[in-house]
Amino acid sequence: MSGYIEGVLVLLAINVVYAYAAYLPVAAGQLNLGIAGFAAIGGYSSAYISNTFGMPPLLSIAVGGLVAGLIGLAVAVPVLRTRGIYLALATFALGEIVRASILNLEVVGGAAGYPVMAFIRFPTVALVALGVTILVWLLFATRFGIAITAVHDDERVADLMGLDVRAFQVAAFTIGSAIAGIGGGLYAHHFSYVEAQYFSISLSISIVLYVLFGGTQSVVGPLLGAIVFTLLPELLRGSAQWRYVLFAAILIVVMVVRPQGLITGAQIRRLLGLRSKEQAA
Amino acid sequence: MLGSIYAMIGVALTLSIGVLKFLNFSIPGLFMIGGMMTWLLIRHGVPWPVAAAGALLVGALCSLVVERFTWRWMRTAPEFVPLVSSMAFLILFENLAVAYWGSELQSVPQLFGSSDWRIGNLVISIPQLFGLLCSAVLIWALSLLLTRTQLGRGLRTIAEDSNIALLLGVNVNRIVPLVFVISGLFAALAGVLFALNYRQVHPFMGEALGLKGISAMVVGGMGNIWGAIVGGLIIGLAEAFSIRYFGADFVDISVYGLLLLILIVRPTGLFGGATAGTRA
Repeated sequence: MSGYIEGVLVLLAINVVYAYAAYLPVAAGQLNLGIAGFAAIGGYSSAYISNTFGMPPLLSIAVGGLVAGLIGLAVAVPVLRTRGIYLALATFALGEIVRASILNLEVVGGAAGYPVMAFIRFPTVALVALGVTILVWLLFATRFGIAITAVHDDERVADLMGLDVRAFQVAAFTIGSAIAGIGGGLYAHHFSYVEAQYFSISLSISIVLYVLFGGTQSVVGPLLGAIVFTLLPELLRGSAQWRYVLFAAILIVVMVVRPQGLITGAQIRRLLGLRSKEQAA
Repeated sequence: MLGSIYAMIGVALTLSIGVLKFLNFSIPGLFMIGGMMTWLLIRHGVPWPVAAAGALLVGALCSLVVERFTWRWMRTAPEFVPLVSSMAFLILFENLAVAYWGSELQSVPQLFGSSDWRIGNLVISIPQLFGLLCSAVLIWALSLLLTRTQLGRGLRTIAEDSNIALLLGVNVNRIVPLVFVISGLFAALAGVLFALNYRQVHPFMGEALGLKGISAMVVGGMGNIWGAIVGGLIIGLAEAFSIRYFGADFVDISVYGLLLLILIVRPTGLFGGATAGTRA
């Protein structure tokens, strides 16, 4: 495999992980605009652990994910009292605080960035991404997935049906943060270097855009969004700016034409030859 | 002075939240457009008042484009969608600016000579004073518009319920673009004032400065114009104090820390009414 293709595939794998991180809260009706912040927490803490204690990269990445998840939990509990736009704003603020704090943390190199000794190759990154994808898909095949969808569709009815709405929202947010942390850990260990500037608000916004482009109604959506937006710019081969211009323009048009995203649950059922219950009735 | 820039961006954002319940992420982009257009026109030898007017015009036009794609055609879409489209517009504006003018810091020439007023130890720069007055007058005019005119009454009806406004004969499709034009004008004017005072513009100034307008808006209370102004001044002061006591690197931590704190403790902001919380 050529170095170029490998590079693209690594980015794809990491973007898929990020997309699932953003997907979990979105599936529960919450918008997390701080994905980059959680990715930074995971990336930096896993890098610090593997540099200082010489832990194997995969274990460090898992710990990084755990740290990001715990911080996600600590933020979710107070912030999820508020709803809708307030949560999006709080996560946005959190992402910026994390970025600005890392810039001031000399332990991890501050503005100069932080080199990572350990290195993982493409197959490891791809396997972890695959693992995350399978895990999320399995998660959404269980009662948890059904409950999350119910909370997303109508909080009040979900509440009446005896679901603990807040607990599910907090859970979705926390798992999403942990996944973002894993994504950050993968990035740090593959590129052997992390810097705070990478984890900017633009990264958070792009990730959320992947998910909404792909579609939020099914677990296939984030995968599709991440694939399209990682591969399409590579195929078009413009300069970096024109790629972004095109990315934004495509997104704006798709949102007008198809606000539910590229792929929906009903479509998948049709493709698989299953009739949804509404149609049968 | 930076506080008044934040206040104007905050007003632009709060107008959109208050009337349309829509967090318009393209506003930091419009702020950047205001600044960059001022620089561009002045560089081509246009006198500065004309350049400022041109920048405002471009800002308002861009805002109208945003209106089409985030509001007019999207009214039945899920609630995230306009927010997402407006973020896409922010990315679009930024990268178009980079593609055409490069990502470097561009400097606007000094226009006003040495125009500082000295009163004892106090140094007041005339352009800054002018900018401050200008924004105060405009915001006052906006609040008159909202409370006293037919248009303002229509706007407030839409803020309560856009369907009922339609039933009552308010021409929603005519008023909503006006909201976008006004908020675009405020954002672009903030950009123009920034360009003229600080004489530095770059394509990502919206991200660096414009997003702080969001903090200004939330701190003051969403949907409340005067709240946005007080919020802007508070954010400006918080910045000045954190530079003074902790150093310039801590500015973002304190501004966004304040935002997070307010959201957790009092999400409706310092001056938000009880209803703001139910409107999210």
